[in-house]
Amino acid sequence: MTDFQDKNRGLQQRIKYLRTFIILLFTIVLFRGWHMQIIKGSYYRKLSEDNRVRTVIMPPLRGIIYDRNGEILAKNVPSFDAGIVIADTKNLNRTIRKLSPLIHLSFEEIKERIKYAKNYDPFSPILIKEDISIREVALIESQGWNLPGVVTIIEGRREYPNNVLAAHLLGYVGEVSQSQLREVDYSSELPGRIIGQNGIEKEYDSLLRGRVGRKNIEVDASGHERQILDISEPIAGDNIVLAIDIGLQRAAEDALGDRRGAVVVLDSDTGEVLALASHPAYDPNVLSRRLLPSVWKKIAEDPGHPLNNRAIQGTYPPGSVFKILMATAGLEGGYIDPGGRIACSGGMQFGNRFYRDWTSVGHGSVDLHKAITQSCDVYFYQLGNRMQIDTIANYAMQFGLGEPTGIDLPSEKKGLVPSTQWKLNARKERWYAGETLSVAIGQGYLSVTPLQQAVMVNTVVNSGSLKRPRVLKGIISDKEKKTYEFSSVEVRKIDMKESTLKNIKSALHGVVNEPGGTGGAARSYLIDVGGKTGTAQAVGRQSVTGLNDHAWFAAFAPVDKPKITVSVLVEHGGHGGSAAAPVAKKIIEEYFKTVNSDE
Amino acid sequence: MLKKNPLALIDWKALAIIAVILFIGVLTIFSATYNSSGGGIPLYYKQAGWIAIGMVFFFAGATIDYQTIAKYAYPLYAVSLLLLVLVMVIGRSGFGAQRWLSVGGFSFQPSELAKLATVLAITRYFSDYPARYGYTVKELFIPGVVIAIPVLLVLKQPDLGTALVITFVSLGLIYLVRIRSKFFGLSMLIGIMTFPFLWQLFWESLKGYQKIRLMTFVNPMADPRGTGYHIIQSKIAVGSGGFMGKGLFESTQSHLNFLPARHTDFIFSVFSEEWGFIGLAVLMLLYLGLITWGLDTAIKSRDRLGMLMGSSLVCLFTCYCLINIGMTLGIVPVVGIPLPLMSYGGTSLITTLFSLGILFNIKKKRYLFS
Repeated sequence: MTDFQDKNRGLQQRIKYLRTFIILLFTIVLFRGWHMQIIKGSYYRKLSEDNRVRTVIMPPLRGIIYDRNGEILAKNVPSFDAGIVIADTKNLNRTIRKLSPLIHLSFEEIKERIKYAKNYDPFSPILIKEDISIREVALIESQGWNLPGVVTIIEGRREYPNNVLAAHLLGYVGEVSQSQLREVDYSSELPGRIIGQNGIEKEYDSLLRGRVGRKNIEVDASGHERQILDISEPIAGDNIVLAIDIGLQRAAEDALGDRRGAVVVLDSDTGEVLALASHPAYDPNVLSRRLLPSVWKKIAEDPGHPLNNRAIQGTYPPGSVFKILMATAGLEGGYIDPGGRIACSGGMQFGNRFYRDWTSVGHGSVDLHKAITQSCDVYFYQLGNRMQIDTIANYAMQFGLGEPTGIDLPSEKKGLVPSTQWKLNARKERWYAGETLSVAIGQGYLSVTPLQQAVMVNTVVNSGSLKRPRVLKGIISDKEKKTYEFSSVEVRKIDMKESTLKNIKSALHGVVNEPGGTGGAARSYLIDVGGKTGTAQAVGRQSVTGLNDHAWFAAFAPVDKPKITVSVLVEHGGHGGSAAAPVAKKIIEEYFKTVNSDE
Repeated sequence: MLKKNPLALIDWKALAIIAVILFIGVLTIFSATYNSSGGGIPLYYKQAGWIAIGMVFFFAGATIDYQTIAKYAYPLYAVSLLLLVLVMVIGRSGFGAQRWLSVGGFSFQPSELAKLATVLAITRYFSDYPARYGYTVKELFIPGVVIAIPVLLVLKQPDLGTALVITFVSLGLIYLVRIRSKFFGLSMLIGIMTFPFLWQLFWESLKGYQKIRLMTFVNPMADPRGTGYHIIQSKIAVGSGGFMGKGLFESTQSHLNFLPARHTDFIFSVFSEEWGFIGLAVLMLLYLGLITWGLDTAIKSRDRLGMLMGSSLVCLFTCYCLINIGMTLGIVPVVGIPLPLMSYGGTSLITTLFSLGILFNIKKKRYLFS
């Protein structure tokens, strides 16, 4: 016996006792199994054969979505579906043959649906046909005895009464996916549940979704309900009110017409989103139903990318609209004197390159007012050169560019504000002074979303108060019989001199209302409009392929005390003054004719 | 003397038992899920994938010297605590009662690692500081704290099952290293006196549903359509299997909607329904065979560390088996822990195979010493 063995003999002994103890425990458990399976086996087998208790999930009604005036934007309509519970069909093919003529689906089509059912559980109904008629319901119910396993399901189906209108904003609903079920937000959900998949439906899904109810029922041999054993009622989701004015939304979409682009309308004071349009759009009613793969493929592969919400996900160079920010920064930082003049002869030599103005004849002697109203590029080349890129980037970021605005919609893009550090990190290259000149007129690496453009302009004309854009206005809680309203959120307040604001506003008024102003097409006899045009070079532009520049117009009205701010982008629309300004004008006039006159 | 052929050092009998249980597991997962969820990769495929990954860990456990593993026991313990805290921190920012951490699309359960790391840490402690005539209560203070921290963190998640397993295994280990008899009496007395207080503390730390589970265990019929349902359904499933079972894929009872987790925590119910008492007995004997082999390995180990590490890993394995099987037979409350080597799931399988690998390592080392 070694010393080691001697020292640890006690430990060895205790492990042996432990082994005996574990064997004893296993014997007890084995005895329990023997008792359950042999002694009481027939008792349990009978229970198993009689066990005809099912738990039926009762989906809650999804919350209704209203616009700011109480118009319904999304609601639920009762819909009848036909389904099959596989476990209850004695002979599946026979049942399908009997069901087929009643719901006008061929034997093969029904087989196909069963084969591809997402939730293939023998005790849960597989959806065979959605939205069957009352006549079809009656036929199924009356022949129930002959259709074991066939059930009719009544459900609240999501409906968007305005169809395509505000589609990107509202989003759509759909069945929770396997990958979503693994996410924390949906971990308490069940396969087959309908959840918000995009837009407001997704953003506020936890409010709108509600909670499922459960019903334990006893069923007969055919799976038909005999009695309810107990029930926990579903809890409907909260109803919500959006800041959107559906009338204004309609006007915005009509004004945009068939062109690809986006419109954002903000309440200048609160940052509320009064309208948000993106075109081409899709019909959320189509996407919210069970989609045939071919339909989904058609939408997903559409070259117009209708699923893309251009207002928050499309990023474009801001074009000359960026000059608003340049001018503000120039005045605030003391880089320019509003009365100071430069000479514009249609371009400027910088290094070994000639930087052209948008008009080859030039603007002559230009001060700040004229530089903005007539959108003189040379003036801003010079200002850019004085400020340098990092100062420009610093101001741009303060005014909300280069970061998500924080709007309550999913998948917002942040755009890009270039700086020396950015270029070093992203491109591993130093910044060239010539590139600053491009940025100064809203070109180059710079990119913004139409929403960011709206927020930037709104911040400038609101004396530097950056409001977070928000779509949700209030929540109507049925449980608490209360409506919660949200107040506006000021993200930050940027110091702006009174004189800066005055100069900028005067120039932006001039853009629309003075001879030679580039935004004359937005002039209105109803209201004093201020704004700025922008014509942004499309990336990889080639005139031979017919790809025009992107047209921008950012506007606000009335100039004195702005109530709304509008940002319009027309993809490849050409000049901002001719393509985007008239769109803004229509929206602004609609607002002051209808919305504002109501208040 | 070192044997020349390394393959000769492998205990083929134990390896065969592990392989058979793994095979039974995949087959039962296949049966439990073959007609549910049409989309995605079937779970039995995924489980086979986990087994493949688990085997890598198994061989790692079998090859890396267990003394080296013990050397890293404290850092591993610290990392596991850090991960448990991380779960809590992320939990505050919206993960709720989540026990999972996601890293680049891959998620795992830190409590599974914590369980293994705690056992290894206290094993190392007891191995480093032997007390020939048993430990005093004072000497048990440090291991007590080492055990208490992960138990409390895991309870907070809340993962009652894992917290209980860590506690049980730690108590088993303390039994093995022995408390001095006079202190044993004293600690029993203190234990009994403070029990009501500790119980209250424990009870208050439970979530509502956990309290209901425990109460339902005492009387399942009190809530036959609610929480008691799982226990009742599981018992019906096992019981209705009878002597011969209903046959593979024929477990009607287990396929009912109201027996969730039939491929994870309640896999034993599915197996027992399909294979009857014959299957149940064979499976339990396989588990028992593996456990006694593990304990024999510990007994015959050539050092104290091997003995303690071997027996504590076996205790861990045994706890999981007995609690899970007991749960499905209605003799242990439903605490939601997997059946080793059988339940679907990656983290549990990997940690189990890794600890079995260490046992092979201890066994191999015995030959190397002689």
